[in-house]
Amino acid sequence: MSAHARADVRMPPLAISDFSVVTCLGAGRAPTLAALREGRSFLAPCTFDAVPFPAYAGEIPELDNSPLVGELAAFDCRNHRLAALALREDGFADAVAEVRERHGPARVGIFLGTSTSGLQQTEMAYRNRDPGTGRLPPEFDYARTHNTYSLARFVRSACDLAGPAFVVSTACAATAKGFATAARMIEAGFCDAAVVGGVDTLCATTLYGFHALGLVADGPCRPFDVERRGISIGEGAGFFLLERPDGRHGAETIFFLGAGESSDAYHMSSPHPEGIGARLAMEGALEMAGLEPAAIDYINLHGTATPVGDAVEDRAVFDMFGERTPCSSTKGFAGHTLGASGAVEAAFCALAIEHGFLPGSPHTRRVDPAFRSAYASAGRPARIERVISNSFGFGGANCSLVLGRAG
Amino acid sequence: MRLYIEGVGLCGPGLDGWGESAPVLAGERDYAPAPVRVPPAALLPANERRRAVQTVRLALAVGAEAFAAAGRDPSGTATVFASSGGDGENIHQILSVLASSSREISPTRFHNSVHNTPAGYWSIATASRAASSSLCAYDDSFAAGLLEAAVQASSARQAIGLIAYDVQYPAPLGDVRSVGAPFAVAFVFTPERTAAAFAGLDLDLRPGRDASGFGPPPLEDLRRGTPAARSLPLLAALARREAASVALNYLDDMVLALDVAPVRGDEAKLAARSGSAAP
Repeated sequence: MSAHARADVRMPPLAISDFSVVTCLGAGRAPTLAALREGRSFLAPCTFDAVPFPAYAGEIPELDNSPLVGELAAFDCRNHRLAALALREDGFADAVAEVRERHGPARVGIFLGTSTSGLQQTEMAYRNRDPGTGRLPPEFDYARTHNTYSLARFVRSACDLAGPAFVVSTACAATAKGFATAARMIEAGFCDAAVVGGVDTLCATTLYGFHALGLVADGPCRPFDVERRGISIGEGAGFFLLERPDGRHGAETIFFLGAGESSDAYHMSSPHPEGIGARLAMEGALEMAGLEPAAIDYINLHGTATPVGDAVEDRAVFDMFGERTPCSSTKGFAGHTLGASGAVEAAFCALAIEHGFLPGSPHTRRVDPAFRSAYASAGRPARIERVISNSFGFGGANCSLVLGRAG
Repeated sequence: MRLYIEGVGLCGPGLDGWGESAPVLAGERDYAPAPVRVPPAALLPANERRRAVQTVRLALAVGAEAFAAAGRDPSGTATVFASSGGDGENIHQILSVLASSSREISPTRFHNSVHNTPAGYWSIATASRAASSSLCAYDDSFAAGLLEAAVQASSARQAIGLIAYDVQYPAPLGDVRSVGAPFAVAFVFTPERTAAAFAGLDLDLRPGRDASGFGPPPLEDLRRGTPAARSLPLLAALARREAASVALNYLDDMVLALDVAPVRGDEAKLAARSGSAAP
């Protein structure tokens, strides 16, 4: 075990009392499960912001015309519309309310992740500046939309919570790190339960930004394919309610078992060529969970379908798991949901455990023959007890999560 | 929850490093506001140094100062970065281009727009593969970062660096989000007393809100104006080298209650020699 992964130590498992997920696959667990099981991708040619280059995206069209109203109207922006939708789905807000009553509002923490928050609101405000003064439109609310913290502020208001809260923003590793924070905060006694996960939505900055880096595929993303040409950006939300396990959590409960965090120390927008950071994150997560690689039944890859990123991750996964443990990237279903991907894919993994299937990889036609890990292009029924899910981001930020059944 | 402080870094208006500023914050010398002088990012190679945005230069400067004071190698030490926003000038440039007809943004500006940009550069500059988090709690980002750093150090039984910084937005964003002078602060914390530790810090989260001001008007203005400068009461308590209680407001309805006490050198040395932490 490397000295660098040591920041993660053994932790008591936390029960996932409830979770919700919304992507272009649908709102809630049922449509998500159906799409994942049937191998149905919902990526489509990108219409967002009339981008002038060919791209596919995982858009949620109803976000265009579902403004927040009432007490929360001041928070209205694409990101919080999606947050509101995900809170409503799968009885999540009701589950949070029950935990709030049981533990008290100050004992429920909020540790969410997002990469771009409500930045799209500011993009629109800049396009609507006063032609004379250059000022932003008077209705623009920076603190409740653009600011990175606004997501946690919105959820805190929407759920009437009063516990410790902040937003982790480590690019595409953001929501995964929130799980690790929640475990530490509960262990330290600063809260008894936590809402984790996060939200990211389409905006011009990421579409044009990834395009400028040459990382956006002209067609649907093809993770681990020999012809992979980059990412398809998606939007998504995933929320999890974590608690110390008690008598309410039966045999069907899925647990958050461990998290591993590392930094690449290599480049702002390219992964370490030998996958050292990726490997340290996976090792740290297994160490915290007290598990050997052989105990993992499925690896949900970061697998964004960039030429370099997939090659590096294949190497790191093969080095640790050999050719035995099946792995796949689910980016071909709903795209790369950026900062939300950790929580969205943790939700996909929880569904795989709950319903006994291994998700495949739509749009992957021919796995790169140079790759050596056990890539599963096609989904299949399978008994999945424990999974590891990878999230790697700009700045060399890495986080891996282990979820699974108890003992 | 108890922590020890091994090193501090500071950069603010008229506050050029912790060593220079401690007598000012202790009230031994008058505070003279002056434009912020951000040291060049000595940790970065020359080509990166020129391109480094202001948040990166601030974060690297105070981080380097704190780790040097602690005598601790940053390459194996986990970090928490806290900021109320990103680099204001960088996002303004991106938003301006996206509102123009070309919409072609620079790839460097794009990767510099993520909240964890300073953390990424820090990791590269210090060759640190340790865990690193970057977080935000709007005006209370420093308190949130301190809480997260304390909990990480306590949970992992390892030292941790906390780096907090905030810079201004240019107009028009600056019209709707006012931030005072640029300010950055860094701490190296350990969960157990070490030879380098010069102060102990007991930390607790309590309901309520603290309404007390701080210091003479120019420093109080700085504290109120720049979120990272909400650390000033803690810095002043450390500078005075006396036991003190400090309350940092956190999210309108809580305070992070801090009890600071100097660690006497002889006790710390004894603890280091016997190889165990003092009680």
